[in-house]
Amino acid sequence: MSAVASTPSARSLRSWADDWLPRIVLSPTLAASLVFVYGFIIWTAYLSLTESRMMPSFDFAGLAQYARLFDNERWWTSAKNLGIFGTLFIGISVALGLLIAILLDQKIRAEGALRAIYLYPMALSFIVTGTAWKWILNPGLGLEKLVHDWGFPNFTFDWLVNSDMAIYTVVIAGVWQSSGFVMALFLAGLRGVDEEIIKAAQVDGATLPRIYWKIIIPSLRPVFFSVLLILSHIAIKSFDLVMALTAGGPGNASDVPAIFMYQFSFNRGQLGLGAAAAMMMLMTIVAVLVPLMYLETRSARNAR
Amino acid sequence: MHADAQRLSLGRVVLYALLVLFALYYLTPLYVVLTTSLKPMDEVRAGNLIALPQTWTIEAWIRAWNGACIGVDCSGLRPYFWNSVRMVVPAVLVSTFIGALNGYVLAHWRFRGSEILFTALLVGCFIPFQVVLLPMARLLGIFGLANTTAGLIFVHIVYGLAFTTLFFRNFYLSVPEELIKSARVDGAGFFLIFRKIVLPLSGPIFVVCIIWQFTQIWNDFLFGVAFNGGQAAPVTVALNNLVNTSTGVKEYNVDMAAAVIAALPTLFVYIVAGRYFVRGLTAGAVKG
Repeated sequence: MSAVASTPSARSLRSWADDWLPRIVLSPTLAASLVFVYGFIIWTAYLSLTESRMMPSFDFAGLAQYARLFDNERWWTSAKNLGIFGTLFIGISVALGLLIAILLDQKIRAEGALRAIYLYPMALSFIVTGTAWKWILNPGLGLEKLVHDWGFPNFTFDWLVNSDMAIYTVVIAGVWQSSGFVMALFLAGLRGVDEEIIKAAQVDGATLPRIYWKIIIPSLRPVFFSVLLILSHIAIKSFDLVMALTAGGPGNASDVPAIFMYQFSFNRGQLGLGAAAAMMMLMTIVAVLVPLMYLETRSARNAR
Repeated sequence: MHADAQRLSLGRVVLYALLVLFALYYLTPLYVVLTTSLKPMDEVRAGNLIALPQTWTIEAWIRAWNGACIGVDCSGLRPYFWNSVRMVVPAVLVSTFIGALNGYVLAHWRFRGSEILFTALLVGCFIPFQVVLLPMARLLGIFGLANTTAGLIFVHIVYGLAFTTLFFRNFYLSVPEELIKSARVDGAGFFLIFRKIVLPLSGPIFVVCIIWQFTQIWNDFLFGVAFNGGQAAPVTVALNNLVNTSTGVKEYNVDMAAAVIAALPTLFVYIVAGRYFVRGLTAGAVKG
């Protein structure tokens, strides 16, 4: 080995290889990213500015598809539903996740087993979760029947087939699936809090809830930002869960943008409109994620 | 310790009660799904969600695996389950291996502009995939890969690379630079250092990355339904079609058995390697 490396020509070959191999190794991934991420986004953006219906056309049509989108009542239903779902899903998941993390951080016996139970839904596909909850919330045979059997014959629970309430069933299932994960992120953050600060505050006579409220929770700022980042990402993309649970129904009462995009693009042959909806989703993600990432890096820097 | 245990006894009881209550909240759906899948259909109709089966039967499981109708095809989930296996194994291995090499470059063989390229690559972690669905569907159609497992493998590799690269790059940053430098001084080159020094240290991150990719790809529905809704569809698509088939009498016990079958591989991974699973979730989620 060393004999080979010491001859001059071998050495220059080696240094040439060491210069270029890293670039060569990385280039297929970069090319793929350039074409399949950046190129495809540009393609979709362009498609959204054309007259495309069943087949892509390349006749420029300006913002006509966006105008059609904003005239489409179904689009506004799905945007409103995303607002409802996003707010409740994120709010409840954060509250529940943080609460469980704090409870679990009190030197609990069997912590590992409990944590495993709280987190297992995250291993499931949203389709499985949706299927399970669709059965539990079944208006005839599910929860409603159970409460009837318990002796409350007037209890009704028909959210799954009730236009006004269907989107809330998605919240129920979404929180069940994701709150354990939020718990895990907060628990990791809590484990990083300096115990000395807590002890000092206790010596000063502060009660435990007050210490949490005033000292510990504020110190978890960076974790809050990551959690919000992840959950809003999940919320904006949410597709599988709604498909499995309500398929956007009844009618289109629980449509979300991802379902709107899918159905107009793949079932109704309205490529331009689908592309415009996809671009709106991308812009929503950028609008939500960029400020959060900015705040996250800033608060992480301040924490140091 | 003693004083603590006595002083807080009431508080501790409430604490444990709450924790058990939460555990029940997460476990009840699993219990309902499992018991429903083990009941005959008349019991499903007559009984209620939390009643234990009176006659235990695996009839629904057999139908879900072998006989349930998905559209006009009554062969159960079995062919689709194997579609998913054939899809997930190559997609996970290829994307993980390429990610390892990429991460090695980005952590220890930086060149001018490599950090910017890494940032540009990370964008792939954040985009909503809806924004690439239409062009990708067209491309797969042109190359005859629509409705094939090969097409889906390709898609999962392409869109998994940003994550796998991120995993390995962040892990390899913790490998001391001196280790690489001294090996280079000794005359070892790019691949030799990777094979002899870096790879032997990479066990844990390979496990984390493989588990993450496996879970993501197995559980994917969007790519599956958009690019591969037919005979070669993955199991998540088949499950959704089975559950939402509106013809015939609804067999809820079969639906539930099918849901468990579709969930078993990822649940198994979670039970066997939960520690790594959680690490992957946090690493993949926090994104550097």
